[in-house]
Amino acid sequence: MSGLEQLYQQIILDHSKHPHGVGLEPGEVTSHQRNPVCGDEVTLALRWDAAGERVTEVAWEGSGCSISQASASLLATLAEESAAEGEAWRPEELRALIDEFREALRSRGSIALDEERFGDAAALSGVSRFVARVKCAMLAWVAAEDLLSRRAGV
Amino acid sequence: MTAAPLTSAEIEAIRAQFPILRREVNGHPLTYLDSAATAQKPGVVIDAESAFLRTANAAVNRGAHTLAGEATEAYEDARGTVARFLGVAENEVVFTSHATEALNLIASSLGTASLGRGAGSHADAAPLALREGDEIVVTELEHHANLIPWQELAARTGATLRYVPVLDDGSLDLEAAARIIGERTRLLAVTHVSNVTGAITPLDALVPLARAVGALVVLDACQSAPHLPLRPRELDVDLAVFSGHKLYGPTGIGVLYGRAELLDAMPPFLYGGSMITTVTMERAEYLPAPQRFEPGSPRLSQAVGLAAAIRFLEGVGLDRIAATEHELAAHLLGGLASVPGVRVLGGVDPAGRVALASIVVDGVHAHDAGQVLDEVGIAARVGHHCAQPLHRRLGATASLRLSAGVHTTVAELDRAIEAVASIRPFFGLDGGAAS
Ligand SMILES: Cc1ncc(COP(=O)(O)O)c(C=O)c1O
Repeated sequence: MSGLEQLYQQIILDHSKHPHGVGLEPGEVTSHQRNPVCGDEVTLALRWDAAGERVTEVAWEGSGCSISQASASLLATLAEESAAEGEAWRPEELRALIDEFREALRSRGSIALDEERFGDAAALSGVSRFVARVKCAMLAWVAAEDLLSRRAGV
Repeated sequence: MTAAPLTSAEIEAIRAQFPILRREVNGHPLTYLDSAATAQKPGVVIDAESAFLRTANAAVNRGAHTLAGEATEAYEDARGTVARFLGVAENEVVFTSHATEALNLIASSLGTASLGRGAGSHADAAPLALREGDEIVVTELEHHANLIPWQELAARTGATLRYVPVLDDGSLDLEAAARIIGERTRLLAVTHVSNVTGAITPLDALVPLARAVGALVVLDACQSAPHLPLRPRELDVDLAVFSGHKLYGPTGIGVLYGRAELLDAMPPFLYGGSMITTVTMERAEYLPAPQRFEPGSPRLSQAVGLAAAIRFLEGVGLDRIAATEHELAAHLLGGLASVPGVRVLGGVDPAGRVALASIVVDGVHAHDAGQVLDEVGIAARVGHHCAQPLHRRLGATASLRLSAGVHTTVAELDRAIEAVASIRPFFGLDGGAAS
């Protein structure tokens, strides 16, 4: 695979063209993240179970490059799959996942995302070789992190 | 255009002077099409900076030893070179950090004049003061550096900021300009060449409008200085700015040209050492321009490097560069016009354009499009190029910009056009090869 094909794996292209989890409710608590360099934008919400303990859904809206949009879509898909398997994320679990994601993406290709943990989102591993694109891939995950921090009152 | 374009042998000889062009990117020879963001440096510029640091570095204007004298002379020689390049007097050339600082210098100085503060014992700054009811006019296609300082100046003085709008084809609405520039206009700030469309501003239509009402004219020459002979006096502008790094010179140095009487009436921008005559605990008297605007330790090796860059360009000949660019612009725009699903901001007519084009690839974000070019070693800029209002006006959030330099060949443009034609197919969209 060429570097470019590693970056734009079919999963990523599919998610950018047919994104999952798009659609916010009016008045929902959201985090809006922007990449000022290229204008990528993601506004994201975490939806919680009745007890407010676990994330059942990630919803978002946005515009921008295929990496930023696919990454948001893949995060939403991962949330949905985890919930369907009865393993909806607790805040600390999601936080750990975000940290792991960031570490891999900043690793310049030395750490790959674990497919067991990240599912299709592991396809984003290829981004880590493209330093200029890491920010694009992080956008949705940073929004989720921001919401967790705000919820925890920090 | 009377000058002859550079021959391919001449361009090859020029290329040989740019060490960076020998490197590869992603296994391909570097095709550098991002000169509008920052230009690469010929060996003579790198050597001039290095030689100064190796042999002549000292504090200028601050000492009597031999080295200090030599450094001061090198610095003032650099000023002389810039003055000759622009066809102006040496005391009309102020060194700044970059064009952005030069524009802020002007806006800040006029803001100070508006507070009733002057330039010390020199000519009175009062006529420069802005107040409510006055108008500052810019255009919708300005770089943020030639927009935000004026927004702030307007906010600080109560003046109103107005702008000449852009038409659908990316050109300035000159009919609207004739209505907007009027009795209340005190200042017109406009770019010489758009950093997004590459269009050369019709100054012969705009400047007389400002002149007729006695408004000052500020020219952002960042994107023209590397491509066209720049003669502020012939253009009849009062102030002009450009950045060294876009002119094949170092970063960290920019130039403000100002008419001598005007500079002498303008209050300082930054205050401190090297810009004063007598200082007491209560007040200071300021030196005339240009020293009044160059407080603190100046940018020495950068000024020397800029002078080397200018001598390099003069050696090639700005008129011949302009003639060559005209051909490159036609080739670039013609090539891009032939690629399906590609829109060129500002259209594909090469008349009055430098060799710079920003494109929107239908269905592909600029960031993704740029990645396809980078893969084959083509350096192009993606984003809004610090011109968000113009992008918004032309219905784009971001674009991919290809900009040529003095070392650019037709073959490089062909490679880039071919790579652009491969973008949509790569992302699974219809596309045809460039013809
Ligand atoms: C038209 C124009 N004006 C101003 C600037 C600002 O130049 P600098 O960043 O060197 O101050 C640029 C460069 O980005 C430009 O293209």
